[in-house]
Amino acid sequence: MTAKLEDPESFRERAREFVIANLRPSSGSKLVGILRDERTDEEELAEVAREREIQRGLFEAQLAGVCVPKAYGGQGLTPAHQAVLNDELIGREYPMRLQSPTFAPCLSVLLEFGSEEQKLRHIPAILKGEEIWMQFLSEPSGGSDVAGALTTAIRDGDEWILNGSKVWTTGAWWSDWGLCLARTNWDVPKHRGLTVFMLPIDREGVEVHRIEMLNGSKEFCQEFLTDVRVPDSDRIGGVDDGWTVGTRWMFHERMGTNSPLTTQPKGGALSGPDALPMVSIAGDADVLDDRRALDLIGEAESLAAADRALRGRLGDGIAAGTISDQASAIGRLFAGRVAIRTTTIGMDLAGAAAAAWAEDDESLVEIGHDYLMRQVSCIGGGTTEMAANVVSERVLGMPRERTLDRDVAFRDVPRSPSH
Amino acid sequence: MLLQLDSDLEFFRETTDRFLSEKAPPHELRRLRDSDSGFEANFWRQGADLGWTSLLVDEAHGGGSISGDRLVDLSVVAHEFGGHAAPGPLGPSNIVAGALSRHGQHLELLADLLAGSAVATWAISETVPHSPFGSFGLEIAVDGDEFVLNGTKRPVESAAESTHILVTGRTGGGLTQVLVPVASRGLTLRPMSGVDLTRRFSVVEFADVRIPAEMVVGAVGHAREAVEHQLRQGLVILNAESVGAMQAGFDMTLEWAIDRYSFGRPLASYQAIKHRFADMKSWLEAGHALSDNAAAAVSAEADDADELLSAAKSFIGEFGGELLQECVQLHGGIGLTFEHDLHLFLRRHTTNRALLGTPADHRRRLAELVIARENAA
Ligand SMILES: Cc1cc2nc3c(=O)[nH]c(=O)nc-3n(C[C@H](O)[C@H](O)[C@H](O)COP(=O)(O)OP(=O)(O)OC[C@H]3O[C@@H](n4cnc5c(N)ncnc54)[C@H](O)[C@@H]3O)c2cc1C
Repeated sequence: MTAKLEDPESFRERAREFVIANLRPSSGSKLVGILRDERTDEEELAEVAREREIQRGLFEAQLAGVCVPKAYGGQGLTPAHQAVLNDELIGREYPMRLQSPTFAPCLSVLLEFGSEEQKLRHIPAILKGEEIWMQFLSEPSGGSDVAGALTTAIRDGDEWILNGSKVWTTGAWWSDWGLCLARTNWDVPKHRGLTVFMLPIDREGVEVHRIEMLNGSKEFCQEFLTDVRVPDSDRIGGVDDGWTVGTRWMFHERMGTNSPLTTQPKGGALSGPDALPMVSIAGDADVLDDRRALDLIGEAESLAAADRALRGRLGDGIAAGTISDQASAIGRLFAGRVAIRTTTIGMDLAGAAAAAWAEDDESLVEIGHDYLMRQVSCIGGGTTEMAANVVSERVLGMPRERTLDRDVAFRDVPRSPSH
Repeated sequence: MLLQLDSDLEFFRETTDRFLSEKAPPHELRRLRDSDSGFEANFWRQGADLGWTSLLVDEAHGGGSISGDRLVDLSVVAHEFGGHAAPGPLGPSNIVAGALSRHGQHLELLADLLAGSAVATWAISETVPHSPFGSFGLEIAVDGDEFVLNGTKRPVESAAESTHILVTGRTGGGLTQVLVPVASRGLTLRPMSGVDLTRRFSVVEFADVRIPAEMVVGAVGHAREAVEHQLRQGLVILNAESVGAMQAGFDMTLEWAIDRYSFGRPLASYQAIKHRFADMKSWLEAGHALSDNAAAAVSAEADDADELLSAAKSFIGEFGGELLQECVQLHGGIGLTFEHDLHLFLRRHTTNRALLGTPADHRRRLAELVIARENAA
């Protein structure tokens, strides 16, 4: 028997009530910029704590996990309800750091492949803001070739012992759990010797190092795993069957903020580019009546509108099954292209303030650093080159690249001399 | 075009697609290159029987919608027109028919337009500093029970094939629209040359053209809203048609890349080429999505309809042009020949890109709309 779903308008009223009573207004423009180095560690931790608190509040108000089944503490509602929540959050603070990767792809992977016991243990905790998750995928030896992971798990009775290193995790130093892809068999081809585990980041043997990015931010992390013990009950999916999980994991990652599991008010940092920050920049640079500036602002908005429209088209098509899941790579590729062009437009509008800015330059502050960090949006979440491979091979059916790592034992696959 | 059409609309699309494949195949388009009108009267009448001319017309006047959303219906036909680089005055006829139906005027002409036995066109564009976004130099003066028109419109599509031209101009500080018989004294047509094989355009000059007061469409001096409405419809049609042309060029180039060998392997196996297709695919899908979203926003009379239309017109113009030029590049020498079909779609796209505002015009208009929205907030 299916229970009758709450109608979106009454959901909207509940959401609005919660938002007004609990969430502070936030200026959208504070959230623009690319991984800016603007907070001390204490401030960062305070913001993380605040986001956990908001998430807890959402949970108590029965607004958390809108599309997550009720059995796991969610609301069992639809993407349309999630859209209502996104709408009501416009201009308010929200748990931005918890969306990606915690809700998508980590929670999506748990929902799809976790055992009942794993789901009951972790999903409600995630929805309450108690568990922030990281993806332990990329390794120093390579991130694009995810299935080429070298981090190794060896079975020891009811436990596994993990050794290796994961890298480029953003915010691992304040996070709780890692979803980790590891090699459990070196004697079979690479896709057939992988297994997925979950592990608490504070477990003995996990050492988190922070990496300074070129703009000064220290959110990037590297984890060194030395004899880390993980119980077999924390394995997700079958032994050596990690790539079954992995392919869906990659799909959920490419869905990114298109996933109905994430919350993303328009104008927030994760909602995709919008030209309004460009209007602020042009205003502060005093070029609003310059024809070239108008051209750039119009270009930014047309790209933003294209990006939003494309997300909608792909999201609807994938949900309805009229296009394949692989089409999410089209959105990932396009979003990367749009983001880098928008960053360049911002820099050009800022003029000389992109090179050197004064404290009171308002929206022009840090624009130059954003430009230096421009390629983040084409690298993080899987590169645009990898997305282009998926689009051409899986969506358009063009021939696969020749590789030297199929049908040979993984230990015999050529590797960089340095790894 | 939408990923999924309801079954009636899909039937309509398929009928149009089949009809165009049969009656307007590439060799027919090449033949029409040398014809004066660019389309056959009989072809247009048959298209009218399929429903091409009635989509913006009220039921009371003999029109009707298939899906319940007129602009969605029309953009489906326009998309097919783009995909076949089809001949015929699709945009002008529909816009004029829609305007006459909306105002409930000149119903005899409307009936002929619906039947496809007559063609009418809309004269909106002029040269700079005027723009289709509401600045017109053509003057429509009131003189007793007559209007007197002075000025020049260009380019006007299918003017020589039309019996009447719906002319947009200014009367004092307001806008007026009148229906001018092409045979009027003082009206001269100068045929223009152009890139499309089957679309014909003219410079239309009005020198003291006098027409009776009853030829007004809407109210004298108060046509701004109607003009904006028609402009939105025109942009919806151009966008959908251009995306259809992008799709056709893309499909034929993908097929070519898979089929063509170089250095012992298909072009489609080179990553350098695969990645260009991936980008083209993203532009194509974004073009579809924007065109559809803009059409839906216009139908719903949404606040952001003009923003979406300009975003779509500039994006589809800019990226569609890049896409089709990439298609030429990936074809190599054959892509530059008249014998190959690719240019049919490049021509159609290029024409549409330049009409009713260039990508740059729409970027600026979009910026102004966004700034106005920001200031209002
Ligand atoms: C902000 C940010 C956050 C991130 N967060 C995480 C995280 O939480 N967890 C995590 O595991 N990782 C994370 N990453 C890492 C990211 O997923 C990897 O950086 C990315 O997948 C690329 O891997 P790599 O850096 O090893 O580069 P490589 O894989 O070595 O690639 C180098 C270059 O070669 C190209 N290339 C590689 N293979 C091919 C091919 N077959 N065809 C064409 N081109 C190719 C790549 O596109 C790239 O341009 C994050 C990265 C960023 C920037």
